[in-house]
Amino acid sequence: MSEANTSETAAVSIRHLSKSFDDVEVLRDVELEVKTGEVVTIIGSSGSGKSTLLRCINWLEQPDRGSIHIAGQRIGVNDAGRPMPVRELAKVRAKTGMVFQGFNLWPHLNVLHNVTEAPIHVQGKSKREAEELATALLEKVGMAHKRDSYPNTLSGGQKQRVAIARALAMQPTVMLFDEPTSALDPELVGEVLAVIKDLSAEGYTMVMVTHEMAFARAVSDQVVFLEKGLIIERADPETFFTTPKTDRVRKFLENHDTPSPA
Amino acid sequence: MSNWDILWDERAQFWNGFLSTLEIFGLSIVGAFLIGCGLLYLLEGSRKRLTMPLRIFIDGMRMLPFLILAYLLYYGLPSVGIRLDAWWSGVGALAVYHGAYFAEIFRGNRLTFPPGQIEAAEAHGFIKGKMFFRLLLPQIIMQTRPLLGNQLIYALKDTAFLVIITVSELTAAANSLSSTYFIPTEAFIVVIGFYWAISVTMEIIIKQCGRFSAKRGFDNV
Ligand SMILES: Nc1ncnc2c1ncn2[C@@H]1O[C@H](COP(=O)(O)OP(=O)(O)OP(=O)(O)O)[C@@H](O)[C@H]1O
Ligand SMILES: [Mg+2]
Repeated sequence: MSEANTSETAAVSIRHLSKSFDDVEVLRDVELEVKTGEVVTIIGSSGSGKSTLLRCINWLEQPDRGSIHIAGQRIGVNDAGRPMPVRELAKVRAKTGMVFQGFNLWPHLNVLHNVTEAPIHVQGKSKREAEELATALLEKVGMAHKRDSYPNTLSGGQKQRVAIARALAMQPTVMLFDEPTSALDPELVGEVLAVIKDLSAEGYTMVMVTHEMAFARAVSDQVVFLEKGLIIERADPETFFTTPKTDRVRKFLENHDTPSPA
Repeated sequence: MSNWDILWDERAQFWNGFLSTLEIFGLSIVGAFLIGCGLLYLLEGSRKRLTMPLRIFIDGMRMLPFLILAYLLYYGLPSVGIRLDAWWSGVGALAVYHGAYFAEIFRGNRLTFPPGQIEAAEAHGFIKGKMFFRLLLPQIIMQTRPLLGNQLIYALKDTAFLVIITVSELTAAANSLSSTYFIPTEAFIVVIGFYWAISVTMEIIIKQCGRFSAKRGFDNV
C-alpha cells in the first residue's frame, strides 16, 4: 500500500528501469522520482542514455525491465502485466508533454492549429475551448502574434516556443524536454530558456535533458548525472555544481562552462 | 459542305462523348485516389502479413499494360461469374490501375516522411487512424502533388483505350464519325482539342492547389 501511496504523490516514478539496444545496456536499473512541481535535470555525456530515459517515460522507447508510473498510473503495461492496448497507452501518454530537440511541428498546420490539434482530436475538446486555451498558451510563450503563420516561416526559437505551447496544451502532468535548445543558433537559445524558466516558476513539473549548465543550476530542484546508463550522482543543484561527489562529475563540469553561483 | 461542317453538324456526338469521358475520368480518378489512400493506410498498418501481398498487387498492376486489365475485367470476369457492363469495367479498370500508381507514389513519399513528426504525434496521444488522416495523408498529398497531377494525365489518356471494349466516350465518337464520313484527320483533331482542354484545366487546378502547399513550405518537390 505504501507503494501506491508514493506513486500517487509523485508526478513520475521510475523503478528499476533497464533498457538495452541489441546487446548494449543503455539504461541500468534507473530509479527516479519526480514530485509534483519539481524540475529534474538530467545531465551526462553523449550516449549516456539521457534521451532514452526521457523517451521511456512516455513509452516512445519500451524498457526491458522496470516500471514507470505517471501520476500514479503505470504506462505501457496494464494491470494484468501485459502490453497496454494502443488506445489506453495513448491516454497515459497524453499525460506527458514532450518537447523535442528538432521541434517536430506539423508543417501543414498553422501555429494555432499545431497547438489545438491534439486537444481537439485526441482529447475531444471543443474547437472553441481548445482555441481559447491555445491562445492563452501562445501568449505565455510569446507567440500569439504568429498564430496564423505556418512553421516554415518561423525561426528555430519561435518554432520551439510553439512546440512548448503545443505540449502544454495537453495539460500534462509532466513536461519532458530533450535538449530543447541544442538545435538553436546561440542567439535564439535565450528566448526558449526564458520560457522554460517561466514555466518552472509557475510550478510546472518538468524533466529536462540539457547541456546548458547555468540554466540547469538556476531552474532545477534535482540534478541527475547519467553515466553509461547508470545514475552515478544526484543532488540539489547547489551541491551538484559546487561539491560533486565523484571524479567523473567533477571532470564533466570542468569540461563544460561551470556556472558561477548566481 | 466541308469536312468541318460535317463535324459541326455532328457536334452532339462529340459533346456526348466528351461528357462521357469526363464522367468516366472523374469517377475513376476519385476511385483511384481512394484506392491509393486505402492501400497506403493498409501498408501503414501493423499487420505485417498484409505488406507482402499488397506490394505484389501494386507492383503487379504497375507492370500490366492497362488495355490488358480492361480486357480482363470486361471479357475475363464473366468466366468467373461476374458480369460488368463495358462502362463499369472501364471505370473499374481505370480506378484499380491508377489506384496502384497512386499508392506507389504515396508509398515512395512515405519513406521520406520525417520520423520526428510521427513521434511528436505519438507523444501527443495520437493513434494510427487519426494520425494517418490528419497528419500523414495531408502532408503526403501536398508533397506529391506534381506527381499526382502527372498521373491524372495518364489516367485521362487511358480513358481512350476504353473504346476497344465498346465504351462510347470521346475517342469512340471520333472513331465512329471518322469511319462514317471518312474524315479521320479532322475528327481526331477535334478530340485532341477536347483532351487538351481537360488536361490544361486540370493543370491549372493542380497549380492552384500548389499555392496552398507552397504557403506551408511544401514546394521542394
Ligand atoms: N534506436 C536505437 N537503436 C540502437 N541504439 C540506440 C538507439 N537509440 C539510442 N541508441 C544508443 O543508446 C545509447 C544512448 O543513447 P541516447 O540517445 O539515450 O544518449 P544521449 O545521452 O541522449 O546522448 P546525446 O547527448 O548524444 O543526445 C547510445 O549509445 C546510442 O547509440
Ligand atoms: Mg539525446
